[in-house]
Amino acid sequence: MAKRSAPEVNAGSMADIAFLLLIFFLVTTTIETDSGLNRKLPPMEENLEDPPIIKEKNIFQLSVNRNNQLLLKTGGNEGLIEIKNLRKEAIAFLDNGGGSGEDACKNCQGAKNPKSSDNFQKAIISLQNDRATKYDVYLAVQNEIIAAYNALRDREFKKKFPALNMSFVEANAKYSDPRTPKSEKDKLKEKLEEIKLMIPQKFSEAEPKKAN
Amino acid sequence: MSKFKKKKGGDLPAISTASLPDIVFMLLFFFMVATVMRENTLMIENKLPAADQVEKLDKKDLIMYIYAGKPSRNYEAKFGTEARIQLNDKFASVEDIAAFIAAERASKREELVPFLTTALKVDSEANMGLVSDIKQELRKVNALKINYTTRKGDALAGLKN
Repeated sequence: MAKRSAPEVNAGSMADIAFLLLIFFLVTTTIETDSGLNRKLPPMEENLEDPPIIKEKNIFQLSVNRNNQLLLKTGGNEGLIEIKNLRKEAIAFLDNGGGSGEDACKNCQGAKNPKSSDNFQKAIISLQNDRATKYDVYLAVQNEIIAAYNALRDREFKKKFPALNMSFVEANAKYSDPRTPKSEKDKLKEKLEEIKLMIPQKFSEAEPKKAN
Repeated sequence: MSKFKKKKGGDLPAISTASLPDIVFMLLFFFMVATVMRENTLMIENKLPAADQVEKLDKKDLIMYIYAGKPSRNYEAKFGTEARIQLNDKFASVEDIAAFIAAERASKREELVPFLTTALKVDSEANMGLVSDIKQELRKVNALKINYTTRKGDALAGLKN
């Protein structure tokens, strides 16, 4: 008996089924990976000790009011400042290196103004905002301050480890990338920690003022 | 008795759609691989502010999301226009954050708890008052690693002052 060929399966509706699945996945999934500014909150202090005494020249005091204006008080001056100048001012403050004796700053390349910060370890940036401050203004200020620290850390990282041929930010991104092999991570971590120790992010946030 | 049959009409031959499923499947696989499942349905407006000093948040399973912003159009009548917090799929108040963090921590393996990060997805129009309330609450439950989730872009371009 002649072999009968199997009847062909009608695949005409295959496309419809695939479209259905495609549309389902389009609707229920998102393509974005999240990115943002990483910060650490200070722990809740149970018993408040006396706050350490800090020289006024070592504080870069920023306040944002409810009209989203920025007041800067540092080095004996105070006045309104445009947010686009903030990064430059912050770098100038951090990099000043006005200290002498044991407070002298080896790596600072700033103006050495005796009225401004001593060295990287001593320099503190303080930020206070109002409850009515807009979130995007606050975040822009945060961003600029992180940018100032990153610029300095990049400079020192490149100076210290020229062989790596990458900046601090790139190295940090590589370190936190899960695809980087473990051995490389360990090497990077050491170097990153060294720079972080040299230029610590001393950034203090006061609790916000009540509006009015 | 013509030797050459006249071609019938001027009909175009039907386009073969046999490879259409293959093309669609290809698209389907692309989307399955390149995307992740949406976790929450947003009930608030959530236009994130821009920043350029961003770090990527890997390890999605170690992130707790707190959303805040003003209720979207559908919920305006019920919840007003003041910025509110959204946890999981519903509106919440500041006091609910502690319970939310505790629940998230309980659902993770114990050794991973110290690595949990709280991602604050806050609308750029929100006030800092709400954000600092959230931050205070997070400090109380000792969830200190936070991330202000942003778009990547110029931080200063969007400001209108």
